[in-house]
Amino acid sequence: MRALRITIAAAVVTAAVAGLQQLASGTPDPLRVEITIRYSGFEPSALSVPRGVPVTFVLVNRDPIGHEWLIGDESFHDRHRHGTEPKHGERPNEVTIPPLGRTETTLTFERSGTVRFICHLPGHEAYGMVGVLTVT
Amino acid sequence: MRRLASIVGATVILLVSAAPALACGGLIGPNGAVNLLRTTTFAGYHDGVEHYVTSFEFAGGEGEFGSIVPLPGVPTDVARGGDWTLQRLLLETAAAEDFGFRALAAGELDDESAEVLLETKIDALEITILRGGGDEVGLWAAEHGFRLPPDAPEVLEFYAARSPIFMAARFDAEEARRRGQQVGDGTPVHLTIPTDNPWVPLRILGLGKSAAETVQADVFLVTDEEPALLPDPGGLLGVRGMTLAHSAIASEQLLDDLRSDKGMEWVPRSGWLTAINIDAAAPDLRFDLAIDASGHGRPSVEAAGLAPFIPPTEMPSGSSLWVPLAALAVALPLASVVLVVLAARGRKGGRPLAGA
Repeated sequence: MRALRITIAAAVVTAAVAGLQQLASGTPDPLRVEITIRYSGFEPSALSVPRGVPVTFVLVNRDPIGHEWLIGDESFHDRHRHGTEPKHGERPNEVTIPPLGRTETTLTFERSGTVRFICHLPGHEAYGMVGVLTVT
Repeated sequence: MRRLASIVGATVILLVSAAPALACGGLIGPNGAVNLLRTTTFAGYHDGVEHYVTSFEFAGGEGEFGSIVPLPGVPTDVARGGDWTLQRLLLETAAAEDFGFRALAAGELDDESAEVLLETKIDALEITILRGGGDEVGLWAAEHGFRLPPDAPEVLEFYAARSPIFMAARFDAEEARRRGQQVGDGTPVHLTIPTDNPWVPLRILGLGKSAAETVQADVFLVTDEEPALLPDPGGLLGVRGMTLAHSAIASEQLLDDLRSDKGMEWVPRSGWLTAINIDAAAPDLRFDLAIDASGHGRPSVEAAGLAPFIPPTEMPSGSSLWVPLAALAVALPLASVVLVVLAARGRKGGRPLAGA
């Protein structure tokens, strides 16, 4: 009986250590969401992701022209409507996708709410290159 | 005897990114400084060869701008057009020097995008004839400095599905200034295009325009006989945004005058002159102008962009499918009008048309 108790205790300790090691090893695998761009439109243009989970956005541009995928609040978009950066890529929420190209970027949303993703190349937002992301 | 027909090509402005970027993604120039004035085009089709004349004018500014024009076939020649053809046509309905021409070997590809068929330069215009799908032509244009508007991918594919031939023209405003060209001066371009399927690209005139903008253009046709058009601005129902401004036998004086211009020796001794004014909201211009000057009165639904493109090999029994479709396209609106009239009479308690 004593040997059995020791074995169970050892298993519990092992499982706990393994769990701690997994937690210490980093974040869980990110979700993957693919957004296709065709005829200067996002597909899907509305999607939902969970809060606090890393999400990898796979942006596939099927157009022969370049596009942008910029996601943020309204003040962020207002800045980019009048911005001066010809290309993006330094920040994960500001991405330039080359013609017929593919780009990935990973983001974690810490707060629930709604944000929009927009292409701010001249004329593209007015043409309808706008999408909505809901964080739940 | 081969039937004669006419086609007028349309031109669309696409800015070339020569100026420094001023906003995210880049802009063309301060306040869109380079502007293209209204473009007037004309072409004739004689013995299976289309003669296409268009003129590029600019309103000043810096840098470069350009345009892409869909064509119904591969040109065998691109030359400077005569100096007064377009003006003479405008006058009639108002109620070229040689240049370096280089034909590239078939199959020569440019950066894995569209196939470059011809390259030439006319005054300050750099002309390139391309063959490729919408994506290929769009990619070529982007790689060569054309800043395509967001509707370009869809519009280019719309045309490439029917005719994968395009003319890209880059207009160097600084070069034009060095050559002494003034604001408003035009550079006429004359393309010789063998084709059995003439049509006028209209939809591309709205490329890059917002829903609130309008498209204005003058389209001139010269045919041996009075042409049948689809859509038909002279028809019973008319076409929103299109006006049949002139339709009559061309005067001998007009044809003589046209024939005396440079490169216009092909103009026949007799013909029919049609002038169409386009003044349409950009979103309404979702079609092209199909022309049948053969006397059969069957303009192509496909050429008008009113039917999805089906490669000829997949079409059942030649083009016969399009005849009933064209008839249907005309008959349905007519039937609707008749039904509306009948319904109105019924509501007013009018006398039955028959029986009862």
